[in-house]
Amino acid sequence: MTGSVSQEVLERRRVPAGRSGPRPRGGGRGSAAAPRPSGSSRTPWLYLAPALVVLGGLLACPIYQLGLISLFHYTQAQVSGGEPTTFEGFGNYAELFGDEQFWQVLLATLVFAAACVAGTLAVGCALAVLLTRVRAVPRLALTLAALGAWATPAVTGSTVWLLLFDADFGPVNRMLGLGDHSWTYGRYSAFFLVLLEVVWCSFPFVMVTVYAGIRAVPAEVLEAAALDGASQWRIWRSVLAPMLRPILVVVTIQSVIWDFKVFTQIYVMTGGGGIAGQNLVLNVYAYQRAFASSQYSLGAAIGVVMLLILLAVTLVYLRLLRRQGEEL
Amino acid sequence: MSLVSRDREPRVNSVRRFVRRPGRTAAEAAALLIAAVVAFPLYWMVLSAFRPAGEIESAEPRPWTLAPTLDSFRRVFGQQDFGRYFLNSVVVAVAVVVASALIAFLAATAVTRFRFRMRTTLLIMFLVAQMVPVEALTIPLFSVMRDFGQLNILWSLILPQIAFSLPFAIWMLRGFVKAVPEALEEAAYIDGASRARFLWQILFPLVLPGLVATRVFSFISTWNDFLFAKSFIISDISQSTLPMALLVFCKPDDPDWGGVMAASTVMTVPVLVFFVLVQRRLVSGLGGAVKD
Repeated sequence: MTGSVSQEVLERRRVPAGRSGPRPRGGGRGSAAAPRPSGSSRTPWLYLAPALVVLGGLLACPIYQLGLISLFHYTQAQVSGGEPTTFEGFGNYAELFGDEQFWQVLLATLVFAAACVAGTLAVGCALAVLLTRVRAVPRLALTLAALGAWATPAVTGSTVWLLLFDADFGPVNRMLGLGDHSWTYGRYSAFFLVLLEVVWCSFPFVMVTVYAGIRAVPAEVLEAAALDGASQWRIWRSVLAPMLRPILVVVTIQSVIWDFKVFTQIYVMTGGGGIAGQNLVLNVYAYQRAFASSQYSLGAAIGVVMLLILLAVTLVYLRLLRRQGEEL
Repeated sequence: MSLVSRDREPRVNSVRRFVRRPGRTAAEAAALLIAAVVAFPLYWMVLSAFRPAGEIESAEPRPWTLAPTLDSFRRVFGQQDFGRYFLNSVVVAVAVVVASALIAFLAATAVTRFRFRMRTTLLIMFLVAQMVPVEALTIPLFSVMRDFGQLNILWSLILPQIAFSLPFAIWMLRGFVKAVPEALEEAAYIDGASRARFLWQILFPLVLPGLVATRVFSFISTWNDFLFAKSFIISDISQSTLPMALLVFCKPDDPDWGGVMAASTVMTVPVLVFFVLVQRRLVSGLGGAVKD
């Protein structure tokens, strides 16, 4: 197959290029003195056009509208055209920030996302190290199981975990001898259940990526550390973690983005936010406000708050990239 | 299954020499045990799908069944317009995977092989776009779709999914396009190749492994999508997709667990097949994307 051949070409080429640090770039525009066909200045925009049209129409434009809606009084009456929209300024935000439930949900979201990220990274990294220590058969078994968990759609995974922890028919209660203890009734146990599901379906990405990274670390380095009598934990902390820093930054940021936006799991597993909204996170909260109680402008305001928080995360990410000296 | 690519074999051997220590048996036992725990929910899903009606709701759940039956699957395929939903899901997923692959490839080429004004700004914008919480945009997207008369048709699911999968795909493909040496491009032009010929016949095949890795992500998120389907397909049920069909069985007070698990199995199998098909590319693809 041409695919695998070209893959090998790519791999072989990439190794020296990756190690030699930033490649010297030709000054000015036009990265090299390549005899390119004419029309160089227009071509990149031609290539970018489809992406920019789609992103502009379906991402930039809705974001702008989201900001706009959050400044208006916008409920079911305005949607159906029965009443004119009225400009509210920051009234929606004032209402939101004055609402005690909003702060509670915000806190729950931050703590829950942090716990998910920490759990995912710990499990993913530990299993990646474990993968390097076992022979082919256990490695294959673990990788296949992880790929299975990864491939499971969020809706499916959520319902299966609900069944596993079901008070009446679930095998988990039976195994732990908990009788008919309900996991979704209490606030913390419900969050814990969702956390387990989130970690289960998101650790494979971390594991596979970190494992690919560890394999690229020269074996002599690890051998030297082992000969010096370093423990597995010490090798991870003092050798692997610093060498894998770029990879760890990428998987951490991706996990933060994904876990901060958890929607399906909460929505399905706690029945749309739990008893009296005890398990709401920002994303579900915004959805419930907008679509269940038709307060579109409040939902939009929550969306804007989420955007701003994730924007702050992006800035941190960019600073980290720059500190690593990476060229965009 | 070749999760270990052949060209890395010597290095893996020396890693193995390093780990040949007394703890290995324990490590392998732990790996097998963890694999069993991780696979258990999937096993339970398939098992519950094949159980006869009364057995799921028994107070003594056993990890096997003595009388496997297809009843739940029959209920799933019979009671609902399930085949239709399945087809809709496939159409949406394939359209998104192919369209966003082509668009992302072109865009990634533009931002890596050319230097032009606003290049860095664009890259940062692609990064920021990744952070956008899709769910928050459901509200304005709903009114955009309504204004353009796109509600209740599959386009309302395809277009937003393309848009939301693009930034991550471009960001990941960048590394792969960058890795193709510039000398190759020069040689192609010297040999008289046109820009289009270089793009599609030389660059595209070389970038394909990376493209596969990013496709996995957009396939999963499209196949999983439940929010857009719930919000944009409101009156015409025949345009609905699989996740919605699944929820029909999931009534909060009295869920039909057999039906839910059978529908879940049907929904998970295509993704598993897709994963098995691309897994070799996926591992090397992810490794490559984060290294560059």
